[in-house]
Amino acid sequence: MAGKNPIAEKIHELTDRNLTFMHVCGTHEAAIARHGIRSLLPENLKIVMGPGCPVCITPQGEIDAALELAEKGCIIATYGDLLRVPGSNGSLESSGADVKVVQGVHKAVEIAKTTDKEVVFVSVGFETTAPTVAATLLTRPPENFSILSCHRLIPPAMDWLLAQGEASLNGFLLPGHVLVVTGLSEYRRFPVPQVVAGFEPDDILLGILMLVEQVREGAVRLDNAYPRAVFEEGNPKALEILHKVFEPCDVEWRGFPIIPKSGLKVREEFSAWDAQKKFGIEFKPTKKHAACICDKVLRGIASPTDCKLFGKVCTPRTPVGPCMVSHEGACKIWHHYHVKNI
Amino acid sequence: MCIAIPAEILEIRDDNIALVDFGSLKQEIRVDLVDVSVGDFVLVHVGFAIQKVNRDEALETRELFRQCYAAMEETA
Repeated sequence: MAGKNPIAEKIHELTDRNLTFMHVCGTHEAAIARHGIRSLLPENLKIVMGPGCPVCITPQGEIDAALELAEKGCIIATYGDLLRVPGSNGSLESSGADVKVVQGVHKAVEIAKTTDKEVVFVSVGFETTAPTVAATLLTRPPENFSILSCHRLIPPAMDWLLAQGEASLNGFLLPGHVLVVTGLSEYRRFPVPQVVAGFEPDDILLGILMLVEQVREGAVRLDNAYPRAVFEEGNPKALEILHKVFEPCDVEWRGFPIIPKSGLKVREEFSAWDAQKKFGIEFKPTKKHAACICDKVLRGIASPTDCKLFGKVCTPRTPVGPCMVSHEGACKIWHHYHVKNI
Repeated sequence: MCIAIPAEILEIRDDNIALVDFGSLKQEIRVDLVDVSVGDFVLVHVGFAIQKVNRDEALETRELFRQCYAAMEETA
């Protein structure tokens, strides 16, 4: 992005007041930091992170559940991001358990086909990812395969954030690949400016510009800055498959209380592949590290650099909280790109 | 986590598996979630196609990814 960016210039021209927009997507945060997008924006326009990193918002109790399954002798398959997230007693990586990093759930099923051992896929992710797991359960995988469902849905978390009001937001930059699946309609109920954006630097800048324009107009609508992939109806086939296998449930998010209907549990008819039922596993509440402020970072009311532990006690090698673990965690991203403050 | 990359469907195989071309990488992916034919472009996330996308725009995005990776290699 050498030279002046015309979209960024337009944003400068139109920003005539203090504005705070929240994105709800770790992939957006990674792109924003990598391309230095905050440095292109006016000082009075802040982009804050919401609870958009699925690994970061997975509470410690769910990591503990995965560790409990590993102790029972199960092979744990999951995405690489989850390995170092600290539970109450170490991480999957430090547990010495048989942990396999996989590209997706279908690769975990392949592992199950080659062993007599139990294989549990620790299944994190939002609406983008959950249909891939649902589709896999519909193929009726082998008996020694099951999933630990840690899925979360974005709109209920946005409801909570708006009701709370603590982040005083002027609008949301919506996560492009979540809306690729869900479509737009579910988001129309939110009484704030919203723009769904893609992941190239210009996609993100365009999304921000469209938010600024809405604020200036005094408008409250949902605009689409990613029309090459996001359609009104989303992907109806993926949604149908998702709802066939999963049903919404009340769950805790790291940094948040229990949010009604914000999680996904495996429906009764697929319970043979539900690791919680199969092994009698419960998610137990746990206490967080006293000084860690990941909870506030995830709610958009603190930046990673506000944390006393950031870059000192808490580093990507010695993470205290989940935001320093995931490649999409705000703290790890800021640490990597040496971001000092917004 | 929600990264999704465009790829072209080269071949459709049994059991909802397709061979796709990401530009410099050919890989088998799952197509349970989309109705596609050879030549279509799809967005691929964790080894699954999650949406069909416009061919021209997909090619453009792929070119952008290529440039990004080339730039990242230069600075690495």
